[in-house]
Amino acid sequence: MTNPVITVRNLAKRYRRTIAVADVSLEVHEGEIFGLIGPNGAGKTTTMECVQGLRRPDAGHIRVLGLDPARDSTALRQRIGVQHQEAHLQKRIKVWEAVDLWSSLYDRAQSVDANTLLSRLGLEAKRDAWFMNLSGGQKQRLFIALALIHQPEVVFLDELTTGLDPHARRAIWELVTDIRTRGTTVFLTTHLMEEAEKLCDRVAIIENGRIMEVGSPAELVQRHCPERRVIYTTEHDGQTTQHVMRGEGDDFVTDVIQQIAQDGTRVRGFRTEMPTLEDVFLKLTGHLIRD
Amino acid sequence: MMLKGLLKLSWIETKVFMREPLGLVGALLVPILIFVLFSRVLGEPESAALSADAPFNVAVFATILIALGAVQSLIAIIAIYREGGILKRLRATPLSPVTILGAHVFVKLGFTLVSLVLLVLAGRQMFPGAMQVNIVVFAAAMLVSTLSILSLGFVIASVVPTARFAQPLGAVILYPMLAVSGLFVPITLFPRWLQFVAQVLPTTHAVSLLHGVWDGASFGALAPNLLALAAFFAVCVAIATRVFRWE
Repeated sequence: MTNPVITVRNLAKRYRRTIAVADVSLEVHEGEIFGLIGPNGAGKTTTMECVQGLRRPDAGHIRVLGLDPARDSTALRQRIGVQHQEAHLQKRIKVWEAVDLWSSLYDRAQSVDANTLLSRLGLEAKRDAWFMNLSGGQKQRLFIALALIHQPEVVFLDELTTGLDPHARRAIWELVTDIRTRGTTVFLTTHLMEEAEKLCDRVAIIENGRIMEVGSPAELVQRHCPERRVIYTTEHDGQTTQHVMRGEGDDFVTDVIQQIAQDGTRVRGFRTEMPTLEDVFLKLTGHLIRD
Repeated sequence: MMLKGLLKLSWIETKVFMREPLGLVGALLVPILIFVLFSRVLGEPESAALSADAPFNVAVFATILIALGAVQSLIAIIAIYREGGILKRLRATPLSPVTILGAHVFVKLGFTLVSLVLLVLAGRQMFPGAMQVNIVVFAAAMLVSTLSILSLGFVIASVVPTARFAQPLGAVILYPMLAVSGLFVPITLFPRWLQFVAQVLPTTHAVSLLHGVWDGASFGALAPNLLALAAFFAVCVAIATRVFRWE
């Protein structure tokens, strides 16, 4: 296992009487996509903003790239890239102006060619467009560009695809995977289980300001919802019947197939159902994430 | 690095402001139109008077309007930027908080200066031979006045709940200040408590500073106004740093 680039231990933060984060501990390793997943109001954004040094935690210990975000925020800002949820730009700022401004603010940004970055993100045709005239997906891609302009070591993406249509969402997912491929560590939050499953190497499930579970999506499913289902339909004397088999373990599906083959049954349809992170979440918290 | 950031951000904010529908018209043309209209009715600045003992100076009036317009615009921009999360996004960059807000002050002072120049040009056009005030000193007096009132703008911007309230709340606070500034009615005619209120407000000192400069008063005579504006600025900045909200 590689070095943790982010370490959080027993983080707590409250706003007046509301407890936003009760007790969060987690580690993000170099070069991974780490997802903090949970419903709205679970404490995802507050946790992330404490890690970025934008908020001062009430209690707990945080280290990012060896720095204390609360004390070394100036040094840290040069090394991290940040995308905020629901934070916009000046309505009438042009795409190239925003990129130009951002790149002037970082020591390392000069080495990045803004035009290459814009075309990598599919924004080259929008260089002169006003921010307010961009589509939701284009805005998010611009924010990613701004977060990447200085080749940060860690990039934070908060609810990156909320409000996007499925097509735009997929395009963003490809970009995020691409960021990781280039060696940047990604810390993201999402309340979309599909997104977490597709993108994240490891996830932490957060609920009411506490971490419930940490692991790779596959591990979590294996640990909490090991049950698989095989559903197949057979035909016998012109009569179709649907069969549902439930079982656990890696060999379960193979076992069912062998059994069917042995019986010599005529199979018309066959599919397997695997539990998802959504099921894990339901099991752990007792409710669906969209509730 | 940071100076570069300040200049770059100021330049972008200038361009963004100029792209705003009516942005330039409101900032530059309205005060000049008011100046021209009033001047047509009242005659040239020095001779214009609403009453014998209240020397109403149209140029000073228009200048104060420019300053108040700038402050109102600042309040609205800060409120909109906060509501849109723009302040938050900028704050996560290496830009210092002072730079992020300072850029707006810079831009506002720049626009007030341009307005003033246009005003003087219009005045000289309308009243050849008049408006012979030392324009550099007058401009400096205006910038000091605007800066002092802008600091109040930051306090107001801190307490405005939403962007929708920014414009009306700004107007409700700023324009009554103008009414008691001594521009229309001499302060000495007010009841004692109102005189006291007027003495605390920056607009009063701005008006008397501009009047003084117009009349060619000595620096010593203007020092109390300058001090009052500086003190007001210091107090407002101190309050704003405590109550300012970024989101």
